[in-house]
Amino acid sequence: MQGFTESLVLGAGGLNIGDMIIQLVFFLGLLALLGKFAWGPLMNMMKEREDYVANEINTAEKSREEAQRMQREASEELKATRQDAQNIIEDARKTAGQQERDILESARAEADRIKESARQEIEQEKEKAVQALKDQVASMSVMIASKVIEKELSQKDQEALINQYIDEAGEER
Amino acid sequence: MNSLNHEAPMWEDAFGISWLDFNLSNVLMMFVASLIVFILGVAATRNMQRYPTGFQNFMEWLIDFIKGIIGSNMDWRTGRLFLPLGLTLFAYIFVANMLGVVTNGVVGHTLWWKSPTADPGITLTLATLVVVLSHYYGVKLRGGREYAKGFVRPLPFLLPFKIIEEFSNTLTLGLRLYGNIYAGEILLSLLVGLAATGVGGFIGATVPMIAWMGFSTFIGFIQAFIFVMLTMVYLSHKVSEDH
Repeated sequence: MQGFTESLVLGAGGLNIGDMIIQLVFFLGLLALLGKFAWGPLMNMMKEREDYVANEINTAEKSREEAQRMQREASEELKATRQDAQNIIEDARKTAGQQERDILESARAEADRIKESARQEIEQEKEKAVQALKDQVASMSVMIASKVIEKELSQKDQEALINQYIDEAGEER
Repeated sequence: MNSLNHEAPMWEDAFGISWLDFNLSNVLMMFVASLIVFILGVAATRNMQRYPTGFQNFMEWLIDFIKGIIGSNMDWRTGRLFLPLGLTLFAYIFVANMLGVVTNGVVGHTLWWKSPTADPGITLTLATLVVVLSHYYGVKLRGGREYAKGFVRPLPFLLPFKIIEEFSNTLTLGLRLYGNIYAGEILLSLLVGLAATGVGGFIGATVPMIAWMGFSTFIGFIQAFIFVMLTMVYLSHKVSEDH
């Protein structure tokens, strides 16, 4: 009966030092072995997965930012290009207008110059003609004078002579 | 009362040393429990993949479970240190508890197969180990001065109580586990005894036995959980800065 009470209180055998030592050794051994062969690799794997996921998220975030940046750049570029094209067209239009005006201007100037030179030529010709006429009149006067001097003429003859000369002159002409 | 009359396979005064006694059934069951835990642990972590399947999933759930227990007691930076201890304690105690629930093996009049945790010496050994570890880590992580100061906080006259607490912690931690598992085993043996009395006894014992086995499974899990939980509580008392 005493054994029964004892077993109720402390189990079948009570406190056995040997069991305790064995338990300690087994447990520490189990701890070491599991740490090396099971928990270590398992936790490494979980850590690796965590890192992997974090890394993936980082990468995704980065490429999203990159894409956004590129899109922004592209739209800016497009805008700049459009602006450039606008400028070029504007320039061309301006240049064309300028050229048109220049051409007109130069044509007008040329026309004026030609007109001016024509007038000058006409003037010169006229002067030449007047000069020639004057020369002829002078020589004719000299001839008349000499004719008058050659002949002492009566009033009547003189008149007839003058008329003759005038007639001659008229015929000659 | 059958089981209580069963004898333990004792090897007393081993090697002629008077205080060295072995209960060979305990030794056997400790070995079996350790072996099962080791094989399960290793089997679960072969062929590990980044995308876990099957058994690996279960082990990762277990790790998260123990992480949760540690996380509720201390911050994870120091708690990380105790994850392997918590995992091994939990797995070992749970398997040890289950060994006695599934069957009790009797050869002749000798009780060979039972829970090793149904022996106070074994549970107290585990409890002592935990408390000693808590002191060791208290000194290691916070330094001797802070560790010693812990005994006179918040008031100096608490010192004797604090010292008593260390021993009572050890006792309650070990004996709680022992008591629960041993009680479960006694009732199971009684029911087995009843079943062995005859046809009527067998029929009468079947239903309560199944119910009790289910309950013992539950208790085995809960006790393993509580043991690990309290281990982490004691560790955090010694290790955390503000307690």
